[in-house]
Amino acid sequence: MSKYLILIFQDEAAVQPPGDSVSANYRAFMEKHAGSLRGGVALESPATATSIRRNDSGEPTVTDGPFAESKEALGGTFLIEAADLDEALVIAKEVPAGIGVEVRPVRVVS
Amino acid sequence: MPRAAGAEVVRAIEQAHREWGFVLAATVRVAGDIDSAEEAVQDAYAIALATWPTRGIPANPAAWLTVTARRRALDVHRREATARRALPKLVEPAPEPVDAQVEALDEIPDERLRLIFTCCHPALASEAQVALTLRLVCGLSTLEIARAFLVQESTMAARITRAKHKIRVANIPYGVPEGEELPARLEQVLSVVHLVFTTGHSAPSGAHLTRPDLAERGVELARILRALLPADPDVAGLLALVLLTDARRPARVDGAGELVLLADQDRSSWDHVAIAEGVALVTEALTPRPPGRFALMAAIAAIHDESPSWAETDWDAILALYDLLRAAWPTPVVELNRAIALGFAVGSEAGLAELDSLAADPRLARYPYLAAARADFLMRLGRPADARIAYDEALILTDNEVEREFLAARALALDDE
Repeated sequence: MSKYLILIFQDEAAVQPPGDSVSANYRAFMEKHAGSLRGGVALESPATATSIRRNDSGEPTVTDGPFAESKEALGGTFLIEAADLDEALVIAKEVPAGIGVEVRPVRVVS
Repeated sequence: MPRAAGAEVVRAIEQAHREWGFVLAATVRVAGDIDSAEEAVQDAYAIALATWPTRGIPANPAAWLTVTARRRALDVHRREATARRALPKLVEPAPEPVDAQVEALDEIPDERLRLIFTCCHPALASEAQVALTLRLVCGLSTLEIARAFLVQESTMAARITRAKHKIRVANIPYGVPEGEELPARLEQVLSVVHLVFTTGHSAPSGAHLTRPDLAERGVELARILRALLPADPDVAGLLALVLLTDARRPARVDGAGELVLLADQDRSSWDHVAIAEGVALVTEALTPRPPGRFALMAAIAAIHDESPSWAETDWDAILALYDLLRAAWPTPVVELNRAIALGFAVGSEAGLAELDSLAADPRLARYPYLAAARADFLMRLGRPADARIAYDEALILTDNEVEREFLAARALALDDE
């Protein structure tokens, strides 16, 4: 078995539904794949992000905004466990993400 | 087994090299990953080179190599496990002779399909899929693949290493997809094989019109797929297409290495055995409704191959097939070829009008064959000045030297008129 992190991307301008309940389509996805889900978070909008970069002398500097400015904003993640990449992709295809998702294997550290 | 002469051994090893994909595919699951399997297979070929001269060439070299490679992989596994346990290893058991047990290849399951599907996994970049397939299934060296695609060996080595790293780290499965995944994944495999063939058949750049090594690998891969998936009509269509196209290779350049157009080719020098095989496959590939793109392209190639002369070409049938192909596979290149067929079936005027309407498509903006086809129709219509401009445009876009010489000669001939 391997672990994969699914990065969920959505349009930065997409209107976020009010309230803190999970939307019906995400709830359906999570119920269907409860056996593979190992965790996950939903993120507030990129407008609320704060980035910390190291400057040339290695000092951390704090700035407003996400690390990479782009139309495709990271909206949340799921951590899943699957037999192999094909099984992970079957699950990832069903994430109701606005733009799409990126599937990354989680590094195994011994 | 009797001793074998050096030359005989070299020939046997060369012959056995064609079984590289079989040996590797059968070793991967024992080795656990592709990298260690490759090492074990390389070792097995080296052991063959060292032992066959004294012990003789085995009755079934591929089976011998597979068993030897698997044993090497297991040894490495065991040694690593021992090292992990940090136990002192005092005595290494002598390996038993392989020869006695392997006489029949049938006892070893053919795992090449798994290997091919892994190499052509959609999670890998398209150029990496091609490189991995040539390396792992056809057994080409990194240098050979780099030469075929005209890139530095270090660039190709990095590309292959990156792809193998992704297979391992992302856990890309070593297997044939099942159910609804299969058709799309098979289409991907067929596209990779077709790309290998077309890169060899009409080299996009370089000093020669064709790269026969790549064209031959394309045919070989299509044959492997046909052997492994004998009931699939798309596989039959792909093999038909590469056979029927490759059959004309001997006539495509003349003695001086210059390009010869289909209209002027010596049809008696075409490979008629390949044509017969291809035509039989086309019939089979066209059976399902609607037929797939490879079957339709093969049917078009079959009409050319079976036509006794250029003048007798059945352009109406070719145009009808392009209409079906356009529905099955709507791409600008198909539209371009259909426009040319229209020009021969209906008239140069109609062909040129269709080509002009395609010229607006940005996807064809850098495609030299559009300008070359326009030039040809303009010449047939008695417009040499316009044809001259179109030839110049085609020349700017063409990187293949043989094609450049052909276009330059045509343009020059216009100046002399």
